[in-house]
Amino acid sequence: MNEAPRILTRRRLLGAGALGAGGLILSGCDKLNANPTFRSLLLEADSWHQGAQRAIGGKQALAREYAVADMSPEFRVNGNADPGDPAYARHAAEAFASWTLSIDGLVKRPLALPMSALQAMPQREQITRHDCVEGWSAIGQWQGPQLGQILSLAGLLPAARYAVFHCADRFGAAPYYESIDLVDAFHPQTILALRMNGQPLTVAHGAPLRLRVERQLGYKQAKYVMRIELRDSLAGLYGGKGGYWEDARDYQWYAGI
Amino acid sequence: MSYAPDTPTETAPQGGDLVRRHRLSTRLWHWANALALFIMLMSGMMIFNAHPRLYWGEYGANPDTPWLTIGSMEGIAFPGWATIPSTYSLADARIWHLAFAWVLILGVPLYLLWSLVNGHLRRDLLLTGDELRPSHIWHDIKQHARLRFPTGAAALKYNVLQKSAYLGVLLVLLPLVILTGLAMSPGFDAAVPVSAWFGGRASARSIHFLCAFGFAAFIVIHLVMVVLAGPFNEVRSMMTGWYRLPKGKP
Repeated sequence: MNEAPRILTRRRLLGAGALGAGGLILSGCDKLNANPTFRSLLLEADSWHQGAQRAIGGKQALAREYAVADMSPEFRVNGNADPGDPAYARHAAEAFASWTLSIDGLVKRPLALPMSALQAMPQREQITRHDCVEGWSAIGQWQGPQLGQILSLAGLLPAARYAVFHCADRFGAAPYYESIDLVDAFHPQTILALRMNGQPLTVAHGAPLRLRVERQLGYKQAKYVMRIELRDSLAGLYGGKGGYWEDARDYQWYAGI
Repeated sequence: MSYAPDTPTETAPQGGDLVRRHRLSTRLWHWANALALFIMLMSGMMIFNAHPRLYWGEYGANPDTPWLTIGSMEGIAFPGWATIPSTYSLADARIWHLAFAWVLILGVPLYLLWSLVNGHLRRDLLLTGDELRPSHIWHDIKQHARLRFPTGAAALKYNVLQKSAYLGVLLVLLPLVILTGLAMSPGFDAAVPVSAWFGGRASARSIHFLCAFGFAAFIVIHLVMVVLAGPFNEVRSMMTGWYRLPKGKP
């Protein structure tokens, strides 16, 4: 009598095992990715990154500044290149002469600063590297008053913990906004840039003023800033995660990594 | 009988003997590392999909000239079956990548330090003067190419190619991939100017990718060798520590 054909050889078993394991890993990862508990566990690393970086470098560590010769020949435009609404278009048409920056929320003296006031303040000029979350970088020169100076003019109330930047651009119906904590808000390199590469900011790069928070990624560098709101918490504001991309896609709020 | 490398017995073990091969720290590290590396590679490929171009220097973006482009800017460089998550999400891939980076950043220095203390590095991995002779290396390459693996007690020791591969991963690839990863973090780079050590952030990103390629190549060769050398015995030794010494072919 002939030997029955062996359906399950060791070789086949191993092969099937490897394939099955591969499939399990993939679908397993997608399941884990969608699992709220697992996700919040992974997101916990966000605060570790911030804690570790500040513990190692100190809260005041400066981002590297470059020489003119190091600058990118062309600085890529990313995100919204034009808010595109009629009110903004009118401001652009008159070179932002009547644009005002409001500072409100948990401050002693709410302010509405015209562009001329921002231009009259001491300016900081820095050539820094802009790192996009996507992986590209560009080096450009930025100039404007330090955010810390502006916040000191308004005077912070003791409960203030975050500076929120409300912007003129939007993605669909959602307005762009970003937020940083007070360590970054009062960092010497954190400025409201009015000029880039020696020229007034262009519309594509965020005219008339754009946040530069140099130790974080590109999506924190809010363009078209209209209003700075001081808050004690990010909860209750839009999606509650502190920024447009944070709400829309779960980008890390702390973008120092 | 059992044989532990730290406590040599009087009689040398022979082919067919079941012996202790990998100590607990090595086994734990192997599997933690394997899991972390797979997750890092798969989520890393998804991150790469967001900007599938590599540059040298301090900066690099669309207007600049890349040295490598995979796929097109509109297309996807790496397919969904190879990435975490399997559909495009830079944000989710970063959540995985940056959380599991902690396994490596804490695990690699710890394992290196422990291997230095317990002698694993010196006794099992460091190449001896004799092994570094070109004739010895050439002999090992020929033996490998003919798929002739050592038997009996000789199988307990790593040969030149194995030592080089493991040392390359432990002392070169892992530290390099960690440092170039840190170099890309604007916050860490402000704390410690790592990107400057690699000639800029764009260069660090390129080296990071080359390291990933090195890991992928290592994993493929490693798995092929495990299968060729007897997968059951090899996997058992890395799970339980026990390894059956191969018998010489008559």
